[in-house]
Amino acid sequence: MNTSAIVMMILALATLWGGLITSVIHLRNHPDDPE
Amino acid sequence: MAQHEVTQKREMWSGRSVFIMAAIGSAVGLGNIWRFPYVAYENGGGAFLIPYLIALLTAGIPLLFVDYALGHKFRGSPPLAFRRFARGSEFLGWWQVFVCFVIGVYYAVIVAWAACYTYFSITEQWGDDPEAFFLEEFLHIDSAASFGLDFVPGVTWPLLLVWVAVLGVLALGVQRGIGNANRIFVPLLVLLFGALVIRALFLDGAVEGLNAFFTPNWDALTDTGVWIAAYAQIFFSLSVAFGIMLTYSSYLKKKTNLTGSGLVVGFSNSSFEVLAGIGVFSALGFMAQAQGVQVGEVVAGGIGLAFIAFPAIVSQMPGGPIFGVLFFASLVFAGFTSMISIIQVTVSAFEDKTGLGKVPAVLIIGGASAVVSLLLFPTTTGLNTLDVVDRFANQFGIVGVAFAAIVVIAWVLRRLPELRDHLNSVSSFKVGLVWQLFVGVITPIVLGYMLISEISDRVQEGYGGLPDSLVVTFGWGVQGAVIVLAIAMSFVPWRRDVDLTYSIDDDPSPSVSVPAPPGDTHTDGTSKPGGVL
Repeated sequence: MNTSAIVMMILALATLWGGLITSVIHLRNHPDDPE
Repeated sequence: MAQHEVTQKREMWSGRSVFIMAAIGSAVGLGNIWRFPYVAYENGGGAFLIPYLIALLTAGIPLLFVDYALGHKFRGSPPLAFRRFARGSEFLGWWQVFVCFVIGVYYAVIVAWAACYTYFSITEQWGDDPEAFFLEEFLHIDSAASFGLDFVPGVTWPLLLVWVAVLGVLALGVQRGIGNANRIFVPLLVLLFGALVIRALFLDGAVEGLNAFFTPNWDALTDTGVWIAAYAQIFFSLSVAFGIMLTYSSYLKKKTNLTGSGLVVGFSNSSFEVLAGIGVFSALGFMAQAQGVQVGEVVAGGIGLAFIAFPAIVSQMPGGPIFGVLFFASLVFAGFTSMISIIQVTVSAFEDKTGLGKVPAVLIIGGASAVVSLLLFPTTTGLNTLDVVDRFANQFGIVGVAFAAIVVIAWVLRRLPELRDHLNSVSSFKVGLVWQLFVGVITPIVLGYMLISEISDRVQEGYGGLPDSLVVTFGWGVQGAVIVLAIAMSFVPWRRDVDLTYSIDDDPSPSVSVPAPPGDTHTDGTSKPGGVL
């Protein structure tokens, strides 16, 4: 793969999958209040 | 007391993890696999990531929060939620319902095709010419006729089975049916598609495919069309603003982290799309290498990618049948979980309006959808009908109702602050002025632009070289009928025992949860801090 394609692939995976992992961790740290 | 009685009757997810799974199952559909890779490639390759990410953060996720706020606060299907939101806005809910009806009736046939192709993959039944097989042997396309009722048994029976499966899941109810189906099919989809991507990455030519997909064309960022394509991909992919997420969030418990859940759903959907791009372009790279051509010459999207290009790839690669089964089974699972969410919108709306029980509503409303679907699409002219209905349902139906709803909520009624306060009262990720700016300013501008440019193009150019009679009837005619029916339904009286002023924020009861249906083990009214999510 050429350098610019590698950089954009890493950027795409880092932002979107990173966003997913961050949001899952955020949600796990904030359990819903019991009703 | 009346309020409490009404909400006691509403079904409920056992917990937020089931809701999130169902919402991901709905969002991740056929478009993630066959639309995103093509759209990204055509609109700047790697550079498309930038407008795409901005569209996700400034329109997709903010609109998802609007749906969650409306559905959760007013605890109803789209017509009931909008009626409770403001008396005159009920037609917006019905507009969403009828858009879902239209999408559901043709979406089912694509799931049926994918199911057939999962079986065909085992023996590579399409032989040496996948295009001729698909159009002539499988669909028996009659290119001379614009519309007809010559049924193709090889499509009709699988389509009937798809409808039986979808309505069976819906008849089991929100938790036992939709919840459990998504708990099985969403992980299965990720597993199968993950295996497909790993296999595709090791094919000869995969690197060239990834180069074509990710190499950025920075000039594309100065093209307005590229930015619109990014926003369009996010709108269509995330199932926002046409009733699905609103309906699913109406089954949540009173104290549910709405924005936290929404972030997980939004990023899951986009994460899957990038995975699909990697898998699809690795496979297209292999195909180009095998044919001795550039990747750009074999790139396709939509039905052409799935039912013509992919069978060709399967035929050319070692272990092709396994690859074919993985691909088409992934399409089936992705389509099926989206399909049940689409039909649930229509079923729940009529349940709420008329007081019909769950099973009768599924049989009557779902059954009517199945009949229309079976009459129009498994025919020798069904492909053209599907093409027109799909184009207009997306570009006018979804975009039109999303634009109208946002304008009414943000500018006519000016009640975004109320939705903001509801989101913040139950959620960990707080929203404020920036969210209001995204929802109230950016999304209506983008949606309005998309709507006007599409109307202008279709009026001037028609659609896809298809006969005007077909475009007028199944394009303009269907979408016009959707709006007329939506307005008419908003004048039909509600059943007597529904509280049209209900808001969950005013509900005095500490919990609005219902007893667990038989067979469910998680409806205990407590959160699951150590659970999946």
